[in-house]
Amino acid sequence: MSILLDALGWAFLVAGGAFCIVGAVGMLRMPDLFTRMHAASVIDTLGAGLILLGLLLQAPSWQVGAKLALIMVLLLFTSPAATHALAKAAVARGVRPELEESGEQPSKS
Amino acid sequence: MLLVLLLASALAIVRARNLFAVVVLSGIYSFIMATQLTVLDAVDVAMTEASVGAGISTVLLLGTLYLTGSEEAAPGHRPVLPLLVAIATAGMLIYGTLGIPVFGDPSGPIHQHVAPRYLQEAVEATGIPNVVTAVLASYRGYDTLGETTVIFTAGIGVILLLGMGRRARYGAQGQGGGMQEYLVLRVIAKLLIPFALLFALYVQFHGDFGPGGGFQAGVILAAGVIFYTIIFGLANAQRLVPPRLVEILVALGVAIYALVGDIGLLLGGNYLDYFVLDRDPVHGQHRGVFWVEAGVCITVAGVMLAIFFAFAGRRRRPDAKS
Amino acid sequence: MFAAATLALLAALTLVLVRALAGPTVFDRVLAGNSIGTVAVLLLSVIGFLGGRPDFLDLAIVYALLNVIATIAILKFFEFGSLGDPEEPEDRDEHPA
Repeated sequence: MSILLDALGWAFLVAGGAFCIVGAVGMLRMPDLFTRMHAASVIDTLGAGLILLGLLLQAPSWQVGAKLALIMVLLLFTSPAATHALAKAAVARGVRPELEESGEQPSKS
Repeated sequence: MLLVLLLASALAIVRARNLFAVVVLSGIYSFIMATQLTVLDAVDVAMTEASVGAGISTVLLLGTLYLTGSEEAAPGHRPVLPLLVAIATAGMLIYGTLGIPVFGDPSGPIHQHVAPRYLQEAVEATGIPNVVTAVLASYRGYDTLGETTVIFTAGIGVILLLGMGRRARYGAQGQGGGMQEYLVLRVIAKLLIPFALLFALYVQFHGDFGPGGGFQAGVILAAGVIFYTIIFGLANAQRLVPPRLVEILVALGVAIYALVGDIGLLLGGNYLDYFVLDRDPVHGQHRGVFWVEAGVCITVAGVMLAIFFAFAGRRRRPDAKS
Repeated sequence: MFAAATLALLAALTLVLVRALAGPTVFDRVLAGNSIGTVAVLLLSVIGFLGGRPDFLDLAIVYALLNVIATIAILKFFEFGSLGDPEEPEDRDEHPA
């Protein structure tokens, strides 16, 4: 049983690390501020969630586990708020997303 | 590896002309620095660096930007002489480090004189498991009193020069003047601010056992109130924490610290002697460290808030537009 | 395996830092700063476990808190131009982005 937990923990850790790299590469290669925000959110949700879950499975005591869960909840609450504020501020400053030139309205802008 | 990143961000800070970018990059620099300090196993320092450098400094620098405008003026001349001086100084320092023993070498002088005594005796002599707190608050308590006084003086300087924004202009009618209409941020603030204040208390009292202590707790406390000010406006924040209270807090912490020393004198020991504070020496140490850390926390929180209120309450002068 | 996760996080940190240095607008830099904060939180947690000292998690909580506060402070500054009060609307055009 503990072997299974160990293996699962390692797997989550590696997967989380991989998703963090994916998100970072996304931030570099995306053409626009708003698309980069999507890439950054990958880091905040999948990357952080998987890594913290992996650490949770390895936690030596329940206090450590509780702190890890606390960090996860904190990140879960705060990163959407931060990106929301960022998007609002960017729009208020006149940054516009690059859209197709077809001229049709996006469904929700 | 982290040092390379530090170097890269430092270079970027120097080269960037837009000061907003500089502020963000400074925050990034502080985060990386704190991670580097953690790798070096210096967790208390890392916590202080994270809280001050990444949180409070960013906010205060932004307040300054509001008053000064945000493009750095182009230099009037090529700074060749300062560059040569800087390189010469760096060269001398690096030459000096060649003589230092290898990092972590147990026979180096830093590990020979006082450090083994502290490390071996601290836990039984003071009853505090975290040696850093024991050294800061007990073995070197006098130095920490000096540091707290320095922070106090900085706070007084800012209050004297800038005032504390008692004139809360907008939102006195309850409009708030902040970002109140942003529902998402308001909800997040209502969740985060109590947590931040509670966590500050946790850091304060847990400083005896893990990383933490008075300084970090004071900074987190101030950060919570600053967050409140950002979301709900200066008027509401000053109703909550009036400038008078902030002034009192700034002085109260240092007064508590010094008083602990005086009580030690009055009870027959030396200044800042904790052994005489209670029936047996170890309990005396506990009491002394508790009150001393509380004093540090109060002064630090007060000074951070005073500086923030001073900046936030300023009106931008018409000739200061960039 | 901790080493693998640490290396992955360091790589992610470097990549995001490149975006922070290169980003054409300040908002790119703010986004990168926020992500660096998050990656730093994760890095700290993993390093804490690597070294066998779970006390580092307190540090990670501090980071997460201050990351959010700093980001929202920067953004409030952009929208309102001040940290305490909103200013007159006609002053707003003067703030460069």
